[in-house]
Amino acid sequence: MDDIKLLEAVELYISGQMSPDDRVYFEQLRKTNPEIDQLVVEHTFFLQQMNRFDETKAFKSLLNDTHTHLAETGAIASPTVKGKAKVIQLYNRYKRTAAIAASIAGITALTMSSLIWYMSPGKQQKNELEYLSGQLKDIKDQTIIQKQEINSIKQNIATPVINYTTGGTAFLINAKGLVVTNAHVIKDARNIVVQNNEGKDLKVKVIYNDIARDVAILKIEDTAFKAPTALPYAIKKTEPEVAETVYTLGFPRNDMVYGEGYMAAKTGFNGDTLTCQIAIAANPGNSGGPIFNRNGEVIGILSAKQVSAEGAVFATQSKYIHQAIAALQSDTGYKKVKLPTSSSIKSLDRTQQVKKISEFIYMVKVN
Amino acid sequence: MKATDNEIELLQGLAKDDKKAVETIYKNNYNTIQALIINNNGTADDAKDVFQEAMIVLYQKVKTGSFELNCQIKTYLYSVCRRLWLKRLLQQNKILSSNHSHEDLVIVDDDLEEHEKRDTEFTMMEKAMNSLGEPCKSLLEAFYLQKRQMQDIASSFGYTNADNAKNQKYKCLMRLKKLFFTQYKTES
Repeated sequence: MDDIKLLEAVELYISGQMSPDDRVYFEQLRKTNPEIDQLVVEHTFFLQQMNRFDETKAFKSLLNDTHTHLAETGAIASPTVKGKAKVIQLYNRYKRTAAIAASIAGITALTMSSLIWYMSPGKQQKNELEYLSGQLKDIKDQTIIQKQEINSIKQNIATPVINYTTGGTAFLINAKGLVVTNAHVIKDARNIVVQNNEGKDLKVKVIYNDIARDVAILKIEDTAFKAPTALPYAIKKTEPEVAETVYTLGFPRNDMVYGEGYMAAKTGFNGDTLTCQIAIAANPGNSGGPIFNRNGEVIGILSAKQVSAEGAVFATQSKYIHQAIAALQSDTGYKKVKLPTSSSIKSLDRTQQVKKISEFIYMVKVN
Repeated sequence: MKATDNEIELLQGLAKDDKKAVETIYKNNYNTIQALIINNNGTADDAKDVFQEAMIVLYQKVKTGSFELNCQIKTYLYSVCRRLWLKRLLQQNKILSSNHSHEDLVIVDDDLEEHEKRDTEFTMMEKAMNSLGEPCKSLLEAFYLQKRQMQDIASSFGYTNADNAKNQKYKCLMRLKKLFFTQYKTES
């Protein structure tokens, strides 16, 4: 108890909040007692270290934000910018050329139509033509009426509501809408959707499914999907280290749930080398969720838990995501798929990391 | 060449963590550094790392007091980045191409030495904080960094009164100090 009071006094003294009388007394004490003097020196140094740590951390995060912001607006040349910004750059570059081309096209079109008008048959055929177009108009009217009827019939038949029965978690692995989950999550599925953090269902297509490694890649094919400019996290190629602290985000229930743990072993159940063991709290629905290390890099996909052992959870190592993408690239349609290789949330604290990540984690709904 | 008024203003902004100043310095210098790194066996990611480290060196310099920069910001950042990259290349047994007649360079050895010391201290504190665990970490952050009142901390962390919170804070602080100083003593 005495120690606590002493420390409190030291802190008041350092911060200059001590009353003048106490201060005189304390300074006297400091002169006569070398231990207290030592404590003051040491504590001043320590508080300085803590403040500097906080300051540097905040500044690092500010630098990262600035980099992302400048890269997105195109103020600095950074190859991480892709998609939209590039299109705008191209547009700006070729604006003049495009304007010239457009006016040439316009002039040509005008010339051509006037030529056609000039060359076309004379007035004597005009009546016949009008008659024909009149007939066409009748057919057109009829079509409209038929369309309206079909529509009214359509409205009477209610679209069947799909009841999704099972689910899991998935996360985005590139900005173009590829998400990864476990193969067992989508096993025997007739309908699959992913739900984003606004609660909206997005249609997906299965484009890769590897049951042996338990990896499936889906593509979001929904007009409501807003492609991000870049992902904040990276997908690691190398093996995770034992004892690394890790965390996961998933949907064991309707809201996103955070879980924390550590890497327990480099191999999985019964020494399986495809997976690794993690000590973390997980429940049905967590399957397919990403496992992040403290730098905010994905090191695995949460896939199973051992029933007979408490807290033994297994994850597919993230290098198999890279392998899956490599396999996918040999398929013609997805040659240019690239996975994010650098994490922009490295220096942020956990809460900030989770905030930035959460919009890229989806709930998978299957029936 | 001395720093101009405009540059002094930027540096003052940097010392005050002003977002706008950071952005301006970043925007005006990043591309040159990226070109330097990429032309010398590096990637864009390396460039980002090195540049941000140089920004921290500059930040620490202006933060420690007087705004004495005896050259342009551009020259300073270039010199620091060049040294940092040279060091990394040496570690990988590669060499920097010698055609760097890029205007003038300034000597930044002292600043870098200082930076290295601070960087190790930063890592030590980070390690100590991380191995401290919750709720100790948040408790100390709330008291020492966010400067919140004990009463307020007690209620938001669920302690029954401020004294209990104070007790807990004391224990946490002792643990953190021990974690930090054991590393500090073995390093130096």
